[in-house]
Amino acid sequence: MLVNQFLFLAALLFCIGVYGVIARKNAVLVLMSIELILNAVNLNFVAFALRSGNADGHTFALYIIAIAAAEVGVGLALVLLIFRNRKTISLDDLSEMKG
Amino acid sequence: MVAQNIGFAIIAAIMIVGALRVVTTSNVVHAALWLVVVLAGAAAQYILLAAEFLAITQVLVYIGAVMVLFLFGTMLTRSRIGRDSGLNNSYAKLGIPVAVVLFAAMALALSKSFGTEELPTNGSLVSTQQISDQIFGPYLLPFWALSFVLLAAVIGAIVLARKD
Repeated sequence: MLVNQFLFLAALLFCIGVYGVIARKNAVLVLMSIELILNAVNLNFVAFALRSGNADGHTFALYIIAIAAAEVGVGLALVLLIFRNRKTISLDDLSEMKG
Repeated sequence: MVAQNIGFAIIAAIMIVGALRVVTTSNVVHAALWLVVVLAGAAAQYILLAAEFLAITQVLVYIGAVMVLFLFGTMLTRSRIGRDSGLNNSYAKLGIPVAVVLFAAMALALSKSFGTEELPTNGSLVSTQQISDQIFGPYLLPFWALSFVLLAAVIGAIVLARKD
């Protein structure tokens, strides 16, 4: 197996996630795209861990999984709060901070 | 060696199709279910990369916990179950050139840096014991910080989502 085949897969997943963050309006779908991005990063870490043969990449990937879980929890709580106040989770309608 | 490459190709194809469906489907619940496919594919790739502990954690945390959170979020925000045409921005097309240019830049950098370098086939495998030695050894301070982050996230989520 090449190192690059995993890195290219991760890069492709990352770019699809970036497209999702840009293109989506629904806040829950934006959070899903962020999960795609975080998974791409994890794949890179594990591939490099196998390449270098030590456990640092695995440790970092575990920490990223934990951070991602916390991020989804807080993110969905925020989305829920926005929905309760505004009756919509369309990110285009949240423009109060526009200067 | 060949079998691993065939396995990689099949799983990668499934993951890419799933990821594309996540960002293009017009149904929030379908997007969540396609995301399960991508996350399970990532777990399979971890197995292929000899990271069995991470693969199990991926299944437990992502497919078990995070997906349930997503489905609850979909339910509680009363997104339309079924087709919904209002999921994309008006400037959604702008994302395609951004993603293509980003991928081109990364592909160029990767093929220049790693070329056709092979992964070691007889290298030392990382055991779960080594991972725990890392977490409770040199990476203990980040582990503490992480537990505080999780605690703050749990309390914050309750405070934010609570009806008062």
